[in-house]
Parts: sequence; structure tokens; C-alpha cells
Amino acid sequence: MSAPQPPAAALDAHVAEGELEAGRDSVPVFQRFMERIGAFWTLGVLAVLIVAFGIAAPTLYTKAAWLATSSFAVEYLILAIGQTYVIVTSGIDLADGATLGFSAMAGSLLMENLLASHVSGGVASFVGILLMLATGAGIGLVNGLIITRVKLPPFIVTLGTLTAVTGATDLLNNGTEITNLPGFVTTLGTANVLSGWLPVPVLIALALAVLFGLGLSRTRFGMRTYAIGSNEIAARRAGVDVDRHLVRVYMISGVLAGVAGLLVTANFSAASPIAGANDELYAIAAVVIGGASIFGGRGTMFGTVIGTGIIAVLTTGLVLANVQPFWQQVAIGAVVIGAVAVDRVRTRAGTD
Amino acid sequence: MTTVQRPTGGHGGAPARPVVEVRGVSKRYGSIHALRDVDMAICPGEVVGLVGDNGAGKSTLVNIIAGALAPTSGEILVDGERVGFKSPTDARDAGIETVYQDLALAPDLSVWQNLFLGRELTVRGPLGWIGWLDRRAMAQQSVTDLERTRIRISSVSSRVGRLSGGQRQAVAVGRAAAWGSKVILMDEPTAALGVEQQQKVGELIKTVASHGLPVLLISHNLPQVYDVCDRILVLFHGRLIADLRPEETDMDGIVGWITGAAMLSGGSTR
Ligand SMILES: Nc1ncnc2c1ncn2[C@@H]1O[C@H](COP(=O)(O)OP(=O)(O)O)[C@@H](O)[C@H]1O
Ligand SMILES: [Mg+2]
Repeated sequence: MSAPQPPAAALDAHVAEGELEAGRDSVPVFQRFMERIGAFWTLGVLAVLIVAFGIAAPTLYTKAAWLATSSFAVEYLILAIGQTYVIVTSGIDLADGATLGFSAMAGSLLMENLLASHVSGGVASFVGILLMLATGAGIGLVNGLIITRVKLPPFIVTLGTLTAVTGATDLLNNGTEITNLPGFVTTLGTANVLSGWLPVPVLIALALAVLFGLGLSRTRFGMRTYAIGSNEIAARRAGVDVDRHLVRVYMISGVLAGVAGLLVTANFSAASPIAGANDELYAIAAVVIGGASIFGGRGTMFGTVIGTGIIAVLTTGLVLANVQPFWQQVAIGAVVIGAVAVDRVRTRAGTD
Repeated sequence: MTTVQRPTGGHGGAPARPVVEVRGVSKRYGSIHALRDVDMAICPGEVVGLVGDNGAGKSTLVNIIAGALAPTSGEILVDGERVGFKSPTDARDAGIETVYQDLALAPDLSVWQNLFLGRELTVRGPLGWIGWLDRRAMAQQSVTDLERTRIRISSVSSRVGRLSGGQRQAVAVGRAAAWGSKVILMDEPTAALGVEQQQKVGELIKTVASHGLPVLLISHNLPQVYDVCDRILVLFHGRLIADLRPEETDMDGIVGWITGAAMLSGGSTR
């Protein structure tokens, strides 16, 4: 229903009949432009980075560089997918990197023990992977329950579980790696399709992004996720069970951390107790660069994929251009701040 | 000036069966009597004003009817049947919708998403089981619903955050009118709006009631109450002390009841 703007006199007549006038755009042109292009500006940034680094280091356009970049991105992308749901609710999951490490160690420890007691590799893989996912879901459940029942801020709760889970990870195998893993898991890390161009872990990460992207933008669950982040009271008043929804969102983040734990283990053919450490910072950065608002209610999976791409290209690009590794973090930090600054402009264009 | 309970419709005064009745409702918060033995009824098509000083118990009464609060004693009847709402969802399922002063809409969601939040339509078949939204159906239904209440929004896919305060409140009223089948409760729906916007929402309330859906309106804006309402109920320290018709009183008369002066100077009380 797009009603043309009636002239002022006609408007008065409508009002007299009990009508309210149509929405008028009083927002400045620039801000409206920023709002409309949405996550696409980040796509432009990614393109510029690919071109710029390609000029500085032409090896960026090789198969090896693509495989390195995409494989590097896998764990961050999977964490960022869950983080997108969490951030859209106006929450944050600082524990997802730690959850990755813990679930990888727990599942691998089980697999190693099963192999030692002569259980077949297939069964060991199946049970071990199940444990990784369940462990992730369990930590997410704990986060969600503390946040909704004890009513503590997500930042504090997940900072606590980050610390506790990191400690628990070291307890699992006295802080040492687990390398005796079933063949299925180690093969998963090297399997690929499209004559070597698409590693299976990358394929899994992209498939998850599509699946959870549709879940966020096209389902009732996704719509309510935005509603909670946009105005929690309104969601409650509309009959949404906000607490249960939030618990599920943190469980999604946890399960995905378990998936990431599996793929990192597969990639290195080993589970390391330090796997996933500090990953949450990259995951959060990817989501924010992708245009999600840390105040909730906004963000897209498309943006998150691009945001992860920017971090990955920045990292590989700086390595290929022989820049000192410390600069990677400086550059990523600068991009995060730039992204939030742009988000500010867009947010101001949006509300009131 | 009369204080007799009249279960009559607002148009023409022909006797009509009340849709919502409140019988002997009291609410205590510890030693505070927020409501004392309140009786009232709302009939189809009526706009009933509920006025009273701060703390008189207006919000408490509305929240009880809306299912957000349980009364200490007394009962609520909908279409003559006793109901025992355990939550606002129960009340909504019974056809009772509430419009709040603010915080009722999600600014980042579109108009149609706000209209359907909590009652989303999903597609048929297996995709429906996972909650796949029927976006087209909801958008179309939104256009129809808003047109019926003669609310004009440039597009139902606009984000609500882009609308003016008055338009947002119009969307909230439109949502209530679209889903409500018994009564719409409004707790100071225009308190956050400018004068012009208040007036437009007032017109909208009349439109809604003219379709047969009664409205219970709490407002501090007495001229608006006087203009929009068919009956005006006055709460004073938790008691319903007057049931006035605008044509039988004036603004000073209402103010007299609100401050309790009318009661002291010999007006009959309930
Ligand atoms: N949750 C509560 N706990 C204790 N007292 C309350 C509570 N809610 C309201 N009251 C008291 O009940 C009385 C009526 O309040 P309310 O219904 O909000 O009045 P109104 O909406 O007319 O301003 C006031 O004295 C208020 O202080
Ligand atoms: Mg009140």
C-alpha cells in the first residue's frame, strides 16, 4: 500500500475522517543512502582489499592463497554465525572460543579412549562428534540459563564461563594435546571437492552460513530474535517467551562452537587445549564489521560472511605482503572501529 | 450527574449486553488498597474513559482486565462468562488487546512484522513446521487491517523506527484493532505524543469503536476524554466513585470528581 502524499488541505480532510497521514521521510539523503546500502558497503570494502592486496602481493590470486585464506576463515565463520544470533538479541557470547577448545578436547579425549579400548573408528568418531556438539550445547545452555534466570548481563556471564571453561579444558588432559584420533576425523580435515578448490570444512562452514542465514531472515525464530534485540519488552508483551528464546540462542552459539571444535581438530589432526583461545574476538569483530548493531535488532548473516572475509583477507594479505604479523591485529582493530563508526551513522538514520 | 451503572451501548443508548464486566474486584499490595470493590461494564461500540489522580488505581484495573495482574478478590466476565486469566496471552486469546503508552513496538522490525509479532503466519507443509514465515500473506493482511481502521502508512515494510510517534501509536492501535474482538484497553496511549498527534489518535479511537469494538481509555488529557468518550468512569483512591456522561457534565464537573471535591460537596457516591 503506497499512498501518494496528499496536499496539505486534503490531508486535513483525511485527518477529520480519522486517518493518519502517511510516513514521510524526514531523514537526510546521505543517511538514507547509508541505510539502504546496508551490508553491501562491506562487500565493497572486501573487494577493495582483494584488489589492493593483489597489487601489493600478486600471490594472493593463487590457489594456495585461496586455500589458506578460506581454511583460516572456517573456525571464525562458524563461531560468527552463532555470534550473529546472539548479537542480534543485543547479547554477546565471549565464551564461544573457549567452548570450541573444551568441546574439541572433550570429544577427542573420548575418541582416544574408545580407540584404546578397541572400539571401531567409525563408532568412536560418531560418539566423539556427538559429545563435541553436546558439550557445546551444554555450555550454551548454562550461559542462557544464568543470563535469563539470574538476570545477569551476557557480557559478565560469558566472561565468567570463558574463564571457567578455559580452566576446565586444561584439566581434561593435563593441558596436553590429543593426537590419537580416528581416521574419519583426520580425513575430514583434508577432504575436498571441486578438484581441490573447495575443502570440505569450508563447504560445511558455508552451508551452515546459508542454513542459519535463512533461519535468521525467513523463520519465526529469526524474526523473534530480531524483535527481542530491538525491544525486549515489546516482544514479551507480544507473547514471545523471551527467556526460552534466549536460552536457545546461546545453545545455538554453543553447538556451533562444537562444530568449529570438530573442524579445527580435523584440520590439525589433533585437539589442542589452546584451540579457540581469543577466537571470540575475531568472531565478534566479523559480526560487527558485517553491520550488526551491538545494541541488538540489526545484523545479517550475509554481512557476517563478508565481515569474516574481510578479516581473513586482511590477515592473509598482510602475511603475503610481508608485513610484520603484529600489524594484522592493529589493522583488524582499526577495521572494527571503522565499522562501528559507520554503523553509528546508519543507526542514526534508522531510529527517530 | 449520575453514578448509576448503565450497561448500555454508546450509540443511541439502547440496552446492550456488556462484553466485559468487572465484578467486585479488589487489589491489595500489602497494606495498600489499589482497588476496592470495583464494578463496571463495557458494552459493544462504547468508548469508556477511565480517569483519576495519580495512584488512583487506573493502571491496576486495566492490568487486571488485561491478564497482567490477578485481582485479590472479585471476578472478570467476558461475554457473561467468568474468566481467570493467568497471563496477558490468555487475555489476548480471549479477544482483549492492550495499547501501552510506549515500548509496544520493535523499531527495527517492519510494520507488518510488528503487527504479527507473536502470532506469525507460517507457510503450509513441512517448511511450516520449522516456522517458515508466510511474509506475503502477513504483508497483505497488514495492508487490509490498517485500511480498515483508515491508518495510512506509506508501506507496511517500512521499519517502525522510521515512523513518527503518532504513526507508531497508530500502528499499535491498528494492531490491537486487528486482533481484538472484545475490547481494546489503552493505558495513556497519547501521553508521549504532541498535541496534534494526540488528536489524531483520538480520532482513530472513535473509528475503532464505530466498528463495534469497545475501547477503555485511560488518559490524563481531559479535553480528549471529554471529546472521545461515551462514558467517563472516575477512580478515587481505588474506588469507582462516578460514571458520567459527557453531555451531562462539564470539564469542571469531572475535575471535581477526580479531586474528590464533588464527593465531599454531596454528590452521590457508588
Ligand atoms: N507493584 C506494586 N506494588 C505495590 N504497590 C503498587 C504496585 N503497583 C501499584 N501500586 C500502588 O497501587 C496504587 C494504584 O496504582 P496505579 O494503578 O498505578 O495508579 P494509576 O495508574 O491510577 O496512577 C498506587 O498507590 C500505587 O502506588
Ligand atoms: Mg497508571
